[in-house]
Amino acid sequence: MNVQTIINANNGVDTQALINARGAFEQMPEAAHFTFRSKAEWIEGTYSVNRIDGYFGLGQEHSRKRSFAIESDHPEVFHAADRAPSPPEIVLSALASCLIGGVASVAQHRGIQLRSVRAKVEGDLDVKGILGMDAEIRNGFSAIRVSFDIDADASAEDIAAIVAQSQKRSAVFDILTNPTNVNVSVA
Amino acid sequence: MNHVSTLVIGAGQAGLAMSHALRERSEPHVLLERGDVANSWRTERWDSLRLLTPNWQNRLPGYQYTGTNSDGFMSMPEVTKLLTGYASAISAEIETGTSVLSVTRQGDFYEVSTNRGDWRCRSLVLANGACARPVIPAVAAALPAGICQIAPNHYKSPDQVSRGGVLVVGASATGVQLAAELRVAGHDVMLAAGQHIRMPRHYRGRDIQWWMDRSGTLSTTVDEVDDIERARGVPSLQLAGDGTEQFVDLNRLQVLGVEIVGRLSDIRNGTALFSGSLANAAALSDLKMNRALASFDAWADSIGVEGLPSPECFAQTELPRSPRLALDFAKGRISTVIWATGYAPDFGWLDLPVFDRKGRIVHDKGVVAPGLYVLGLPFLRTRKSSLIDGAGADAHALADHLLRFVRDRAA
Repeated sequence: MNVQTIINANNGVDTQALINARGAFEQMPEAAHFTFRSKAEWIEGTYSVNRIDGYFGLGQEHSRKRSFAIESDHPEVFHAADRAPSPPEIVLSALASCLIGGVASVAQHRGIQLRSVRAKVEGDLDVKGILGMDAEIRNGFSAIRVSFDIDADASAEDIAAIVAQSQKRSAVFDILTNPTNVNVSVA
Repeated sequence: MNHVSTLVIGAGQAGLAMSHALRERSEPHVLLERGDVANSWRTERWDSLRLLTPNWQNRLPGYQYTGTNSDGFMSMPEVTKLLTGYASAISAEIETGTSVLSVTRQGDFYEVSTNRGDWRCRSLVLANGACARPVIPAVAAALPAGICQIAPNHYKSPDQVSRGGVLVVGASATGVQLAAELRVAGHDVMLAAGQHIRMPRHYRGRDIQWWMDRSGTLSTTVDEVDDIERARGVPSLQLAGDGTEQFVDLNRLQVLGVEIVGRLSDIRNGTALFSGSLANAAALSDLKMNRALASFDAWADSIGVEGLPSPECFAQTELPRSPRLALDFAKGRISTVIWATGYAPDFGWLDLPVFDRKGRIVHDKGVVAPGLYVLGLPFLRTRKSSLIDGAGADAHALADHLLRFVRDRAA
């Protein structure tokens, strides 16, 4: 049905702008090719800091409003100083943020007002893999679970549909569930 | 050079319905058919396949099923017989055994070159089918040598599949039917399922096509959906032309002993990698099915259908706790891969600038260019455009357009 719903919900997402972007990229598909980047530097031990300050997209370079920092370290149990979350935890947080952003966007598009959205993300990791103790055990997570707690003006089924759709359109969910070619070089 | 006002390429349900519509309008035309009437149904489908639409639904202009089994599903020989009978009933003029080699524009005419001579026409109808060629993902090239690959247009029966395990890629109607059939025949079967749509064959005592037909779902027009690209890309429902089983879904396949894995993401170093998104694909499928059934319930309530049993509620799709993510072909469990990854029309001979960046033909409700029409594609004008039942209305609407065009040019 081609019904223009009067949308009163306000989740702070400009879905019209996203719909307009779809139209623009249909005309100029090459403008949709983005390259994101993070520049990391070792500080000490397992402690490092990433700087995220720009990306390429819409045919040109862009600067972020400011240079964002993401620090990473390891917990004390691994004899590190625990100055920041570990890289796998940052991956879990990236998944949570990606899905939450998706939930807000999809809810907005469907005219559903959100009151609160909480996600708990857990990843199981057997460190015998990283420590090279057992070739059968992978380094990464053997399983990841996300559990949402959402308060919204919608039925349980509508909320389930929003969460399902947010996974379907999530970059990080795709990155984690499908293989990616990763090339590492040394300058 | 042969001349005719209108040429129709293809003599399946779409081409024949167009012939009927043109004859009613006294428009001179000829059908070009690479094989015989109903060629794809005759030669490119598997032995056990039956139509997904019940007999009562296979309506064509001037034809309606009058047999005794209106709720049955036709086998391929029966479909062939139906269309052959229809072709002779409407006295369609068909050049069989005629393969189109190229179509070009020459001034006000289309020139159609074939293996049996050239034609010139003022208007041209492309009715050569939505399922003319299987779509096989690029990753097929990475399959290790020694693994047998079969596209569904070459699959006939489990007899042709060598002993050993089979990986069926794709969980729409084709994939689930072949997975079930191969498992029942004794093969070890793994099914890679991406986005799919679960649907019961019958619901509240009525065939699912009855619900879709009567509730108006199938008559939904292009103007009534907000994302036509998406609507055109919707995979076929997980159905078989068999009223005895309510489902041929992932639950049913697991009962048969089929192992379900996620979408085939890649093949690297002889190992197939499956997506970890299977749970979400199944959740989306359950949600879509339940939404469709709820809309049928609402429709039935609103018009007050007499004598309907109560709404049915179906258990959700169950999946293994940790679906397999990788399959090393070297371990020997799988010796055959079947690509049930969809079909596409084949316009390889159409030398005209009518394709989008993804190679799909661009059309407005079947109108491609002045005097050029396409028929039978998914959601061409309505949701039933690719069904036998959808051919008639589309053919008549496009024939009206075609006649206006031909008369304007002749005037």
